[in-house]
Amino acid sequence: MSPPSRVGQGRCRPRAMHPPARTSAKIVVHLHPTSSNKDLGPFQSSIYSYIKLSFKEHGQIEFYRRLSEEITQRRWENMPVSQSLQINKGAQAGRIRAVGIVGIERKLEEKRKETDKNISEAFEDLSKLMEKAKEMVELSKSIANKIKEKQGDITEDETIRFKSYLLSMGIANPVTRETYGSGTHYHMQLAKQLAGILQAPLEERGGIMSLTEVYCLVNRARGLELLSPEDLVNACKMLVSLKLPIRLCVFDSGVMVIELQSHNEEEMVASALETVSEKGSLTAEEFAKLVGMSVLLAKERLLLAEKMGHLCRDDSVEGLRFYPNLFMTQSE
Amino acid sequence: MSAEWPWQYSFPPFFTLQPNVDTRQKQLAAWCSLVLSYCRLSKQCSMTVMEAQDSPLFHNRKLQRKLPMESIQVVLEELRKKGNLEWLDKNKSSFLVMWRRPEEWGKLIYQWVVKNGLTNSVFTLYELVNGDDTENEEFHGLDESILLRALQALQQEHKTEIITLDDGRGVKFF
Repeated sequence: MSPPSRVGQGRCRPRAMHPPARTSAKIVVHLHPTSSNKDLGPFQSSIYSYIKLSFKEHGQIEFYRRLSEEITQRRWENMPVSQSLQINKGAQAGRIRAVGIVGIERKLEEKRKETDKNISEAFEDLSKLMEKAKEMVELSKSIANKIKEKQGDITEDETIRFKSYLLSMGIANPVTRETYGSGTHYHMQLAKQLAGILQAPLEERGGIMSLTEVYCLVNRARGLELLSPEDLVNACKMLVSLKLPIRLCVFDSGVMVIELQSHNEEEMVASALETVSEKGSLTAEEFAKLVGMSVLLAKERLLLAEKMGHLCRDDSVEGLRFYPNLFMTQSE
Repeated sequence: MSAEWPWQYSFPPFFTLQPNVDTRQKQLAAWCSLVLSYCRLSKQCSMTVMEAQDSPLFHNRKLQRKLPMESIQVVLEELRKKGNLEWLDKNKSSFLVMWRRPEEWGKLIYQWVVKNGLTNSVFTLYELVNGDDTENEEFHGLDESILLRALQALQQEHKTEIITLDDGRGVKFF
């Protein structure tokens, strides 16, 4: 096989419309004479003993490299039964057997094997990509460490530049970790943005929203470049340390909410008690409806009131109801 | 039960074991007191757990609420810790409620004995609780099993000795 070469005009020009000044690169593959037991190919015979591959734009170098590799390795000779041979044999010998259920089953089996092969080939690329990504991250980390150690040798300017590259890629700079906790620059900016976006919605909703409500609201507003739940949570964790006017709170049950700094859930409990007392008893759904809150947050407030000893519960087949805690207030 | 039920009996949360610790304390205290009154007034001292579950004590049909089995067990255990309840079998399927603790009964009986100058005398168990002499006493008509425990408590204090007589058991007071 000859290396890629620029072939002049004449017999090798594949298209009539080819511009005269420049021709595409070609790879010529010389073929051995056929062996006697070879099955039929796409052509019965040909006057040429070679095939030419034409590369209109590029790709010839990579292709040449891979083709030489394959021809050296001759992997096709190691495979137990090559795909094409199987099909051919099946066609010849199976002309008798390709009928009936056995034939159908065999065809299904061949198809299944083909699909399997395609899938594993596709995933080969993905796993190669993941390996590369891992390498990249390792590389960035090692550079970051080197910077940390060699503080004196690298100029401050370069250091700052490199640090900002790292941060923009989402890798926390080890030097600033102490100042901002484990947040990255991105999360910091995001936290500030959230404080701005959420001020008005929070005020509308009585100063408190569940994190899922926040997630929906923010992503709906963004339209594109949606936030992942993880990024949202990480940004919210930084709200307090950045001294922003909103904060992240977690209830005993694990429910996460965003509150205005001015919001005081314990004060809200006192008003919840009043509401429940007025109505005698309330379920979380009834309370939510009365006050205009989401059922999730209504339940959390009632549970907090119970924890503080203001309410007690009635848990029956009819559901969970909260009553004023007469056990404590009623004299014997 | 002829006397009135306490206010808690008509309060639905009474039939749910409260998760708040302070609230639960109050609730259990109320349950213990109710069980004791119920047993005293209905003159029912021993019960099986199954009976108890269906009795008006733990099942308020009008309110459509009943105390679940696990919570009943908690209440019974509270009573046992206070000395007002004794399990009658290993499987904890039936129990004896003593609305007054045996030691308290013993004290009452001994007080009566002393007051009437009856130390160093012997009584049959029947005489003690069913005789004319004790008609006005609180311990008149006391269930025998509880009487026995009361006397055993006094025996511990060396104030009595339980003896076997021809037609049953008796007790000597010192």
